[in-house]
This record gives sequence, C-alpha cells and structure tokens, in this order.
Amino acid sequence: MREHDIVVVGGGPAGLAAAIAAYDSGVTDVVVLDRESSVGGILRQCIHNGFGLHKLGRELTGPEYADVYRCEVEKRGIRVYCETTVTGVTADRVVTAQNKEGVLKIKAGAVVLAMGCRERSRGALNISGTRPAGVYSAGTAQKFINCEGYMVGKKVVILGSGDIGLIMARRMTFEGAKVEAVCELMPYSGGLTRNIVQCLEDFGIPLYLSTTVAEIHGKERVEGVTIAQVDENRRVIEETKRYIPCDTLLLSCGLIPENELTRGAGIPIDPITSGALVDENRQTEIPGIFACGNVLQVHDLVDYVSDEAEMAGIGAASFVKNGAVSGKTVETKPGNGVRYVLPQRVHTESGKDVSLFLRVTQPFPKVRFTVKSGDVVLATAQRLKAAPGEMEKITVKSEKLQGAQEPITVSLEVL
Amino acid sequence: MFDVVIVGAGVIGGMLARQLSKYDLKICLLEKENDVAMGASKANSGIVHGGYDPEPGTLKAKLNAEGVQKLYDVADEIHAPYRKNGSFVCAFGTPEEEATVRELYERGLENGIPGLEILTGDEARVLEPALSPAASLVLNVTNAGIVCPYEMTVAAIGNAMDNGTELKVNFAVSDIKKEQDVFVVTSAGGEVVKGRYVVNCAGGYSDRVAAMVGDDFFKIIPRAGEYMLLDKNEGSRVSHTIFQVPSKDGKGILVSPTVDGNLLTGPTATVVESPEATSTTPAGLDAVARLAAKSVPSVNFRQVITSFSGVRASEKSGDFIICPAKSVENMIHVAAIDSPGLTCCVSIADYVIDLLREAGLAMAPRADWCPTRENPHAFREMSDEEKDAYIKEHPAYGKIVCRCETVSEGEIRDAIRRNPPACDIDGVKRRTRSGMGRCQGGFCMPYVMRLISEERGVAMESVTKNGKGSTPLIGKL
Repeated sequence: MREHDIVVVGGGPAGLAAAIAAYDSGVTDVVVLDRESSVGGILRQCIHNGFGLHKLGRELTGPEYADVYRCEVEKRGIRVYCETTVTGVTADRVVTAQNKEGVLKIKAGAVVLAMGCRERSRGALNISGTRPAGVYSAGTAQKFINCEGYMVGKKVVILGSGDIGLIMARRMTFEGAKVEAVCELMPYSGGLTRNIVQCLEDFGIPLYLSTTVAEIHGKERVEGVTIAQVDENRRVIEETKRYIPCDTLLLSCGLIPENELTRGAGIPIDPITSGALVDENRQTEIPGIFACGNVLQVHDLVDYVSDEAEMAGIGAASFVKNGAVSGKTVETKPGNGVRYVLPQRVHTESGKDVSLFLRVTQPFPKVRFTVKSGDVVLATAQRLKAAPGEMEKITVKSEKLQGAQEPITVSLEVL
Repeated sequence: MFDVVIVGAGVIGGMLARQLSKYDLKICLLEKENDVAMGASKANSGIVHGGYDPEPGTLKAKLNAEGVQKLYDVADEIHAPYRKNGSFVCAFGTPEEEATVRELYERGLENGIPGLEILTGDEARVLEPALSPAASLVLNVTNAGIVCPYEMTVAAIGNAMDNGTELKVNFAVSDIKKEQDVFVVTSAGGEVVKGRYVVNCAGGYSDRVAAMVGDDFFKIIPRAGEYMLLDKNEGSRVSHTIFQVPSKDGKGILVSPTVDGNLLTGPTATVVESPEATSTTPAGLDAVARLAAKSVPSVNFRQVITSFSGVRASEKSGDFIICPAKSVENMIHVAAIDSPGLTCCVSIADYVIDLLREAGLAMAPRADWCPTRENPHAFREMSDEEKDAYIKEHPAYGKIVCRCETVSEGEIRDAIRRNPPACDIDGVKRRTRSGMGRCQGGFCMPYVMRLISEERGVAMESVTKNGKGSTPLIGKL
C-alpha cells in the first residue's frame, strides 16, 4: 500500500485550494485524485464570468478561475492523478481509487473530502408524465453546450431559479433558443440577485414564482409541459394549469452534496446541510478526515469555496504535523430565522477567531444576527436584507469564544 | 425462411427464443422498438411469485408452480441477477384480510407450493423489523424471490442470439399473411420475414397481432401500474417483498428490495387507453406512497430517485391465454401474460414448445447448444485485487463513467458489443446500470453517448435515448 501525508479527493476548486493550503502549511506530500480528465471540476463548464471578485480581486470565467489554482498546484509540484475515481474511504484513512492502471490503495496521514455536489434529478423531484428525451438537469445541458459543443433544444422551459438555471436561461438564449419561462416553486428565487437581473430581466425572460412543472408531455422528445401555480403548501392549484409547448425542460432545483464516500467511511452527516458535521478546521467527526466546498455545504460563490478549502487544507496539514486539535468544543445551533450554522462544533480555547457560516430560512428585510452562548452575546451583525440564496458569515472573536458554554446559537431579529 | 418467427422481444418472446434455441431450428425474433424488453418487461415489480395466488386449475396456477424453480435454474445459466428473498402477504387487523391470508395458504397448498407458513404479526416482525405494527397475520412465502426483469430478458435473448437466433429490432409487425404453408410477416417499414410457424408474444399488442390472422377471441385490457424507486440508502429497509392481501385489482402495492439494492414501491392498477400509456400521475404516485406506508411506515420517500409506469397486458378471463390460433394453423398466441408472467417465463416457453411440437414442428436437439451466457457483471463482482489485475490487462475497465453505480467504460463498451447489443442510452442503462443511480445520468450521459457514438459509428446528434426520434441533441453549435 502506498502512503501519502495528505490525499485530497476531488480536483475541483475546493480540492485544489485545499491542496495548495496544505502544502503552504508545510506538508508537501500531498496528492489530488480527480475522476475527470483534467482538474477544475464543474468550473470547467462555467464559461460565464463573475468568478474571483472576492477572492482574487478580479472578474474571471470559471475555467480561468480554475486555471489560477491549477497553476499554483503545478508550481508546487503537487501530484494530481486525473481519470482516477475514488471508490472508497475508510475511517482509518485508507483511500481506494481506480484508474486505467489499476486499483490503488493509499494510506493517508489525512484526507480532505472535496467531491462537490450533484443536481437534483427529475426522478427526485417526482414530476409526473412521460419520460422523453429533452429533460436535462441544467448542468448536463451546460456541459453539452459549453464543453462538447452540442445544442440541446430550441424551445425551453426551466424549472428552478437557482443560479445554474438562471445562467442557462441566458446561455440558451445566446445560442438561439427561446426560453419560454423560468418557473420557481418557492415564492422567491434561490438565485443571486445579480443573476436574475443579468440573465432573465436583460433578456425579457419571464420568471414565474410559486409555479411548478406539473406534467411532462411527449413520447420520444419533449413536446410540452404543463405548468401550474402552487398554494402555500406547494400543492398544484388545478385551475391555474396551462400548457407550454417546448422541446426541452431544464431542471435547476437544487444541489445535493455527494457524500456517498463520506457515509461509507461512517462519518456523521448533518441532515440540513447534507454534508458532514465539522469543526472550525473543517474536520469531520472522524479525526484526520476533513471536508470542504460543495460536498460540505452548497455555496453560492466559488470564492467562498476556496476560503473554506484553505481552512480544511490548513487543518489537514496541522493534523499531519501535530495530531488532532485538543481542547473543549461546543456545538453551534441555528436559532430563530436561521436554517443551519456551519461549523457545527467549535473549539473555544484555540485562541483563534471563528467565522460562522449560515443561511436564513426565508427572505427577510433588514435584520440583526445575534450569536449567543446562554445569555452572553458573542457577536452581532446587521444586514440590509437576507435571503436563503445568499450565505451569511459572522465572525466571533477568540476572546469572546473563551469560556463559551453549549450551545452557541445564531438567531436573527427583523429590524 | 425461418422455422419459427416470434413476434415480440419481451421476456416471454425472449425466453421462448432461448428455450427454442436448444433445437435445430432457424428462429427469428421481431421487436417493434429499438431494443428488447421495451414493454411490460422493463417496468414491472420484478417478483418471482411463490404461486399461492392463482386459482387452482388455471394455467396460471400450473405454470407458476412449475415456473419458479425453472426460472431460478435458467437465471443461473444465463447470469440474470435474482435473489430468493421470500415474500410476505400481510393482513392488517381485519377479519376479512386475515381470512384471505388463510385462504391463500390453503390455495398455495392446493397449487403444490412448498415452503408456505403463516406467521403472527409479531413473528413476522422478528424477521422484518420495519414491518408495520398493524400487520396482524402474514403468509410467509419462502420460495419467492426477486429478479431483474429487463436483465432477464436481455440475458435470455443474448443467449438465444449466441445460439443463432436472429433479432430484428424496429420491426413493427403490420401484416401477417399465410401463403400456402408459409407465413409472410411484414413490418410497417415494408420489411418481410417468412416463417413456417409464428408465435404471438406481442404483449399489449397481442390482440392486434391475433387480429391480423382473423382471431378476435380475446381483447387486451391495458392496465397501468405506477412505481417509485428509491435510493440504495433505502434498499435495506426490508429484506422480504412485502405484499398486502390481494384485492380484485391485483396483488396491491408492494414494498420490496431490488436485486440491485434499491427499494421499489408500487404498483397502482389503472385501466388505460393503450399499452403505450406509460405516464405517471400525481394521484398514482401519491397512492403508491400512501399505501406503501401502510406496510412499511418508515419508508423515506424523500429518497425517491425515479418513478415510472408499466402497462400490464391483462384480459377479462384473468388467466393466461396460451393456445393455437383459431383461424390459421401453425400459429400460437401467448397473450394476457400479466402477473405472474415474469415468474412463468420459462414454464410458458416450455409449454409453448409442447404446443409447437403438437402442431407438427420437428425439434431435434442441437449438440452444439450452449446453455450459458458470459456473466456481464463479472467485473463488478470482483475483489479489488482481481479488479487491479483485470484492469492491467484491460485498461478501459479502470475508467469509471457512472460514478453513482461505479460502471466502467469497459463494461459499457461490452454492453454495446455483446448480444443483444445496446443501441441507445436507455439500452446501456438497463444492461450496465450506468445512469440508473441517484444522479439519473446527469453526469454520465455525455460519456455514454460518446461511447455509443464511437462503438456504433454514428454521430453524437444521432444517438437516441430509446430509439426513433428520442435524440437528446439537436445539432452541433
């Protein structure tokens, strides 16, 4: 069995940033395993711009952003194995992978899980009707158009107003398709405001809120969809049903962290984030196994993926050099108006500031977030508005954390 | 000129071809779709029924009793995945339902079914802890099992083809004429196949095929059954197939593991206008979830990965119709093969062979007949060490194409090359499970399409989901 100090599973933005951060923390024996033919992950198909404003101070396309990190990996001589699929990770950090040379087993000093996420499929949405060609998850259509050079349809309905759906509405329009409608089940969009403006409004594409696709029609290829408004319980209102002829239905209805390897290793998962439970170093409940990026929580911006991955990379390097972080930990809990808080556990005596990442349960106007331990306020933050589609970050100073008791809660009040 | 022309490459036509391929005969199998197993054979419960259910004295009772062991034996030979997991038929507290359980037990004994026993609810829950606390009396059917219905069909037809059977897909029979002693079978596309004997295994269309020779003594009633398939996370929720006591509409909603490790729930039973009416409906899927929860309350329907509908070819008599044609000699109808048709596929084939022999078809056993088919899943069943050695000889098996189901490029290329060759995306899916997992092909579809394009020498834009017109791509950019 081969041995490496750190094995990074996945060479997308999270895996690359984690590998670089681990290396720069002094652990140079780092390998990255990626199933695709080149690194970059889903960024490779995101040829639109808007990446890097926060992290790199400039606006790049997805492939350009990935390339910045690929070059940094290369510069350090970090080994990357492409077309290499990890098929198993054990709690004692044996990584099994498969490529055209065979099956390899690596005993790792630390493992960083960075497998990303997948799109919710038609089946998981349980849309009724027939099963013709022309129903795509938005990312699959994006891959065909941007990477393979094939067009997927001419007359399009999009279900879900997440960012990929919005980006694809514009992309399909650029390529000559007519986007008839973007339907969103919720009464608000889950996408970034800038994408609603730049991808729909600028092109006159209608966004129908509280609306779903009730049925798919067509035998061989999609011939149309029935859309309908939904009530507050998200049930279809029969009398609002209407038929839209189209040849393509794109689905952009949420992303699911791909935690099959994580589960296989016996790592506990947060039912809300669908990612591992982690501490502020992004270490899972199994020492020496870290997680970051969209496999941990679905992010809005790749810039924040890179930030999170650096924490995991530094954490993994520290584990290799010094072993597990000791000291007291307390749990974090979502309070009023907050859906989840990550990390789910923090060390209170580490002497370091800790940033808490969270999402709200629904859109709010001006709010104040309060981080509390019992009756003690650890931090507050105000926002002019808050929405589930935009992740919030609140930093708690190290001196405030010291002596904090279980649990630390984050809640909001509308101002 | 063929000795036997079989109309319909479902599990019945396919298994008949396989059993007939033992003899020195020229056999042709006609299928209107782009692949085999495209009707009820790809969308049913996949159950090997114990045989307690059919009325004694019916063809169903006889062929079910004979069929179970025959099915397991053939499945072993042709490497079709199955598991003898046993099934439960449950009453939920009412005296009527409990009486039905006892009645089914007696009927099973009369049908000669081995291994039946009646359990109290508590005894059943020891074997199956997720079973509803409301289950009060349970028929334990120990000889029952589960099988993958489309893989069974593919394997049977593959084995038949390896033994010389000719398969013609996209051959929709539109006319059958008898000229002296020869049947002239014409397709909608004008292609002609001639044969001395014809067997009508056309499933939902068997009445229409019968009408082509002037027989109108049966009429297929298409009955749709909707299903929901759940992620492998839910696959070990139960180990037995859990039925509720049957009603007049059929065997009711079941909850069952599949041979591939998923959890299957369904089917409904709704009369529909045509065998092609395979739409799912909100009402149907709601009913599946509601009724499945009656048997196993803990099923987590948030883990559904796909839903589908299959159409049974039922008939008002309730029994199989397997008999010589009335208006013409040397043709056999095999019709109204609804449940337990899959269980009976081998016993039906053997019964039809007897009818053909009675009709005068001479059958000399072939010395060179090969009963076995290469195991298409040999690679995925290997240990890591065996895989490592195999990949070193065959590198294409090292490249994983479908991450959810861990399917390699080598396995996909094999499925496109091996009999019966996969010609489209769904064909690859049914043979390899690529695209069958939790992402439902979101990631692997472009790769699978490229492999089909390469192997079959067609443009990417011409690769289809399931035959004519079902092209995912409309052109190059």
